[in-house]
Formats: sequence, C-alpha cells, structure tokens
Amino acid sequence: MSGAPDIRTTFFQECDELLEALNDGLASVQEQVAGGPSDPEALHAIFRAVHSIKGGAGAFGLNALVRFAHAFETVLDLLRSGKIPATEDLVALLFRAGDMLTDHVTAAREGRENAGDPAVAALMAELAAVSGAPEAPAAAEDEGGEEDFGFVPMTLPFELEGPGAQRFHIAFAASRRLYANGHDPLILFEALSAIGTLEVAVSAARLPDLTTLDPEEGYLDWALTLETEQDRGAIEEVFEFVEGLAEIEIRCEDEDPPAGAEGIDAGPQIAPAPRDPATVAEGSADATPPPPAPARVAPDAPPVAPTAASAAPPASQSAPGAAQGASSAPPASATIRVDLERVDGLINAVGELVIHQAMIAQKLAEAGVAWNSDIGAGFDAFRNLTSEIQERVMAIRAQPIKPLFQRMARIVREAAAVSGKTAQLRTEGEATEVDKTVIERLAEPLTHILRNAVDHGLETSEKRVAAGKPASGVISLSATYRSGRVVIEVADDGAGINREKVRAIAIEKGLIDPAAELSEAEVDRLLFMPGFSTATEVSDLSGRGVGMDVVKRTIQAIGGRISINSTPGRGTVISISLPLTLAVLDGILIEVCGETMVVPITAVVETLRPGPKDIHAIGPDQRVVTVRDTVVPVVDLGQVFGLPGTCSQDILLLVETESRNRYALAVDAIKDQSQVVIKGLEGNYRHVAGISAATILGDGRIALIIDPEEAVAQAAPVSPVAAAVAASAPPSSQPAALTPAR
Amino acid sequence: MSLTILAIDDSRTIREMLNAALSAAGFSVHLAVDGEDGLDKLSQTAPDVVITDINMPRLDGFGFIEGARARDESRAVPILVLTTESAADLKARARDAGATGWIVKPFDEMRLISAIHRVAGMRAAG
Repeated sequence: MSGAPDIRTTFFQECDELLEALNDGLASVQEQVAGGPSDPEALHAIFRAVHSIKGGAGAFGLNALVRFAHAFETVLDLLRSGKIPATEDLVALLFRAGDMLTDHVTAAREGRENAGDPAVAALMAELAAVSGAPEAPAAAEDEGGEEDFGFVPMTLPFELEGPGAQRFHIAFAASRRLYANGHDPLILFEALSAIGTLEVAVSAARLPDLTTLDPEEGYLDWALTLETEQDRGAIEEVFEFVEGLAEIEIRCEDEDPPAGAEGIDAGPQIAPAPRDPATVAEGSADATPPPPAPARVAPDAPPVAPTAASAAPPASQSAPGAAQGASSAPPASATIRVDLERVDGLINAVGELVIHQAMIAQKLAEAGVAWNSDIGAGFDAFRNLTSEIQERVMAIRAQPIKPLFQRMARIVREAAAVSGKTAQLRTEGEATEVDKTVIERLAEPLTHILRNAVDHGLETSEKRVAAGKPASGVISLSATYRSGRVVIEVADDGAGINREKVRAIAIEKGLIDPAAELSEAEVDRLLFMPGFSTATEVSDLSGRGVGMDVVKRTIQAIGGRISINSTPGRGTVISISLPLTLAVLDGILIEVCGETMVVPITAVVETLRPGPKDIHAIGPDQRVVTVRDTVVPVVDLGQVFGLPGTCSQDILLLVETESRNRYALAVDAIKDQSQVVIKGLEGNYRHVAGISAATILGDGRIALIIDPEEAVAQAAPVSPVAAAVAASAPPSSQPAALTPAR
Repeated sequence: MSLTILAIDDSRTIREMLNAALSAAGFSVHLAVDGEDGLDKLSQTAPDVVITDINMPRLDGFGFIEGARARDESRAVPILVLTTESAADLKARARDAGATGWIVKPFDEMRLISAIHRVAGMRAAG
C-alpha cells in the first residue's frame, strides 16, 4: 500500500525510536560480551527494531532499506538463536550495521536511496559472510529484488481472462483443526460461488450418534461442483488458508480422475450429483450467501457448533468499544504528537502572560494594594500558577538528551576507526532534559569536541599500555543539572593537553608573543582562539575546517559557556554549561543614560565600582580601567548606542568576549537581576548591531537585551593590546600578552 | 453491517496503515500494540476478525493466538497473521497455534481486504 504522508511521518518517527532501541540493545549486548550480566531481551529488542524498520520500509517500497535491514536481521536472527556466537568483532559489525541502517533511514527520509553506495555493498557482504548466506547477487540492486526476501509477489485475486468455462469437482472434508483455527466451510463455499456457479452437496454419513458427538469435531463432508472460467489456481487460492486443515480434492471434469480420488468416506454417495435432492445451495456470482449448509442438509442433525460460534456478534455489541478503542495509544507510554509550531505558540502566549503578570504586580504596588489583602492574596496565587504554567510549558519542549548522546556514540566509533585507536564512549545522565532547540544546535559542536577527544585527546593503544593504562581509551559524556543550567561534560582519559605544543603552535601562528607568560589555564584556553586550529595542522578527522573557536561561538550563541580543564597524563575535560531554554534568559537589568537594558548574566564576569584612580584616559574619549593589575578597555554603552542624556557611568560590568578578551561596560546603575522573556527583534523590526533581542519589563516598557560581543565590536575603541601598551612602561621591555593576564 | 477488526502490531507505522486501510474499507477498527494488549482488547472489542503481527514484545503473535484460542469467546474468531516472513515453518507454527490465515507484508489494501473476506466471508464487504 502506498502510505499517506502522515503515515510516512509516523514511520520515520518510529524509525528514530527503533534506532534508539537498537543502539540501546547493542550497547547492552556489548556489555554482555565484555562480561556483563546476561540480558537475553536485549538481542530480541534489537531484532524487533530492525524487523519493524524492515516491515515499515517494505510498505513504502524503500527497497534499498529493506534489503539492508534484511541482511542485518538475518545475522541478528542467527545470533539470537545461538547459531553464531557473540564476539567483540561481531558486536562491532552490528554497530556499524546499525549506523548504516541509520544512514539508510536518513536517506529514505530525504527521498534518496542508498543503493549505489559501495560502502553499503561492502557491509552487506560482511553481514552475508557472517550469516553464511550467499552474497546478494548484483541483480538485487535493481528494484526487482523482492523475491530475495521471500515476499509473495502481489497478484490480483481474480484473473481477467480465463481458459473458458470448466467444471471442477471438489471433495472437501473438514477436520477438527479447521474449526479450531477459526475457519468456516460456509465462507469457503461463498468464495467459490464468487468465482463461478457452485453446487454443494453435503454428506452427514460420518455424523455419529448424538450421545457420542463431539461438537468440536468435523463430521461433515462436502461434494462441490464448480462451473467457472477461472483456472485451478483460483480454486486453490480459495483453499490456501485451509490447506492441511481439511482433505481437499480438486478434479477438473476434463481430466481423468486420479486414482483414489474418492478418498473421502462418503465419496461415492455424494460425488458429482448436480441436481441431487441433497443439493443445498446454488451459489452464483451474485453475492447472496447460501443458507447455512449443515442445518438444511441434515435437519435431523444438530447444528455444528463451531460454525455457529463463528457467527459475527451483533454490531451493536461492539459499537461502544469502537469509540474509545479505535485510536488507542500504546499503554506503556501515553503520548500525543503535537506540531512544534503549536508548542511555540503556547510558549509565546505564556511569555506574554508572565509579562502581563509582572505589569499587574507593578500596578498593584503603585495602587498601594496590601499584599495581605484579598486582592494581594489572590494575585499571589495567580503568580504561583503562572510560574507553574511557565515551567510546565517549557517542559513540553524539553527532551531527553539521549538521542543526541547516541549519535555521539557513533561519532566516537567512526573517529576511533579512522584514527586507528580503540575508544569507548560512556554516557551518563541521558535522561537529562534540555530544550529541543538547544539539543539541535548542540549536535555540531559536540560532534567536533568528541572527534577532537578521540583524535587529539586519546593516545594510541601502544602508548596507553606503555603508560600503564588500559589499551582502550574511554570518553565519558555526561549531562547533569547544576544550578538551573545543564552541564554537559566530555572527559577523555588521554594524555591531557600538550601545553608546550599548544604554546608553540600559538607562537608560530602569531597568536601570542613568544615571551608571554601564560598560566596553564591560559594555555588551555588558547585552543578556543580563532585561528588556532586550521585544516592544515589537524588531521582529516577533527579538522573539518572548524576550530574550537567555532565550537565556542556556537555554544555561546545558545547562551552557553564552555571551559576546558586538563591534567597531564590523566586527560581533558570540556564542560559546556547551557541554559534550560532559549525562551527566557537570566539577565542583569542595567541603566544607561536613562534607558533600562539587559545584559545576559552569562557574559558577565564580575561587576565593579572603580575608584577614580583606577580609570585612566588614553586619547580624547577613550579610557581603560585597571583591574587587579590587568588593564581593561572601558566601553561606553551610551556612546555605542547613541543614547542622549547624562551618564554617570559609576559602575563597570566586566564582560569576556569569545577571544577571551575582557572589556568593561560602563553603566549608570544595576537595577535588578531577573529572568526575562526573550522577544526577537528581527521578526518585528530588524537586526540592530549590539542588540540580540528585546524583552518587556514589568512596567510594560521594552528593554533591549545587549549582545556584549557585538556591542564591544561596535565600540572597538581600543584593543586590549593598545590599552596594555598605553598603560604600561615602554613596550620594548615588557611585551603584552594578547590573552588576559588572569 | 460493518465488521469489527482488531489489528495487533507493535509497529506504529503498520498500525496506522492498517487503521487507514481498514477504516477506509468500512470496517470498525481497534488497535493493540502487542499480544498482551491484544488479549485485553479481545474481550473488550469482540472482533469479527483479528489481524496480528508475529514479532512483538511482551507477548508475540503465537502466544496471542494460543491465548485467544484458549478462550471461549474467541476460540473460533478468524485470526490472520500479518508477517514479513513467508517462511513455511513460521506459517506452520502460526497454524499450529491456531491461526486462520496469513498476510505477507508488505501488503496492499486489496490483498488485505481479500484475506479478510476469505476468512470472514463476503458479508465483510465494506
């Protein structure tokens, strides 16, 4: 059947779930092979996953996918039945097959077929070698490969042209099993009458005495005469399901009766006797069902129980159930699928609700309504409900990070294969839920970090063994909630950052001065500097033209922070701290020249109130501030945004940019710290340099959210180097570091 | 008269397909996600025909058929096995368990409905 578009969507959603189950199962099998506790269900789950994907794919005519799934499934079947042993190599092969299956599904989703890929053929050959099956012939690459999988070709039930009318004599003797399997001879006769003119004669010769009658036994024999233009195949098809459950003898009148054709007890009496008084029904091509055969033929015999029992129950009996049962969801996890747009709409509406609630709070305070008054108490309850609604709505968008982590397992496998290292990924906190958008945007940076960890972090097996470590490297990927944020850590147990090498590269690339004194943490942070890594000096694997600076920028773009921590000989840990959602932001409300603005709290390192001695003027209207012996340029936000009015600029917000340079944003006052609902500017107005978005404050005013990175670039009054130079002694004797000196 | 059909498959895709095809053909359709669920729904929905997958978690198709046949109310209900395997031994096993007939996946609507007619009779015409 051609599957409607929405069923297609369902199929791919289900594929994602099945692939997840597949990877889970494979991980469990891998543990078992490594000596972990036995879990036979894991293998069955893997098999079912592949099997279900194959089943659905078949329905959509995704032949390349079906072929691959079939080869995969064959190996799994042998494995689960114990015909081939589970080895590390085999598990590795299964993982690769799982990855390939994922690729096939992805290709199918994008409307491609993966058939021509030589890697597919190679892996299929490997699978075939394991299962001992003859390798699929090249012809199987064609669309006509279905018969390799034992699918019955679809045929129309009725042929349009027959060989001309023929008379068939059919002897039919029902067995006990015929009834036990839910068959009804009457229905078979109906089907025969649909393909020709049928005459039916029944014999109750075998019917025993009533006292000894077993109501479940089949005692009746039928002699049927069918005049039809269909051939023998059409008749055999009618009896297809009852083959083996009844004695059936089909003889064409034109043919010689085969020896022993009357093999049925009652044969002679009921044989071809078209107009015999025992004839009970004259079926014809019109669909009038014949009356129940046994009752008419043998009025002295009791109705045959199984036939009666198979009668359909009255429709009214089943009708009430139809209303509730028709679209019943799996009992295990009751879920509904909702368009993401609807959820976003809901989130926006809740955002408005929060804003209006803040406005009402302000109005109530202005009106002098006491908090312990009825209105105050009512509003308090309202506020609690609002924040609960907000939390719950945000939870709708939140998804477990598990699928992302599973994709990373593949990245590690592939990276290890390419670099010739052995590596294992251990994941923790897969149930941690993160906003869907955050998860989506996290995939790329995380991929890069993991490739790096395998490629640069882990040592080769030989080096590891020499250092007294296990030959296989371990990369841990974990997610945890920490103070309202999600922290994702990638830790490898490799050699740690080679700081001398990093330093040497940075000097060679002119990123730092050869004489610069850098702390260990500062050297580590050099990895995040733009221009540190280039395609020429990293291997094919991690270097895809993307450096860690891009990783950092991507993380920052979703409101995250990234840090690195390395111990020589023990490994490196990269931590990513992310907001739970992109819909709200923790901000510091500041005042600049009479305007209230918001600075994302993640960007702010510290706030300070400098004394007059700490500020130095360099040039006509450029200033720097000394913070613990470091010189930091001061950025006048009022000037950057062209705000009129008086600015006292008493307070400085120390912010750090992606290149680890620090700037001090001069503001008049810090008013508050609060969560603000992010409202995009682009959709309603246009992009404004230095401004990332807007929000609506409790008093109903709009406040702009500052993008410190851009705001600083807008100002770019003094580079930190120039600042350092200006504030320090003659430059020749004391060159400045490009990186901050803290 | 519309017949009631209980379709059991652990794959949501196949369930939706069966539901779409059978509902369009005028049947009243109930769905179950595995053998256990199928046995539960069997009593609730009193189907005229059951269509079941073989490979399912918790209770597979064989187990479902045996369970259904052990009950008075469903001992004679036609049960069609829906399976990707056309292998003879699986058919034989299904039949030993008490299956009435089988449909091989991928199925088309015509074949599906024709198989239902073959076990439930032409009155099943929707």
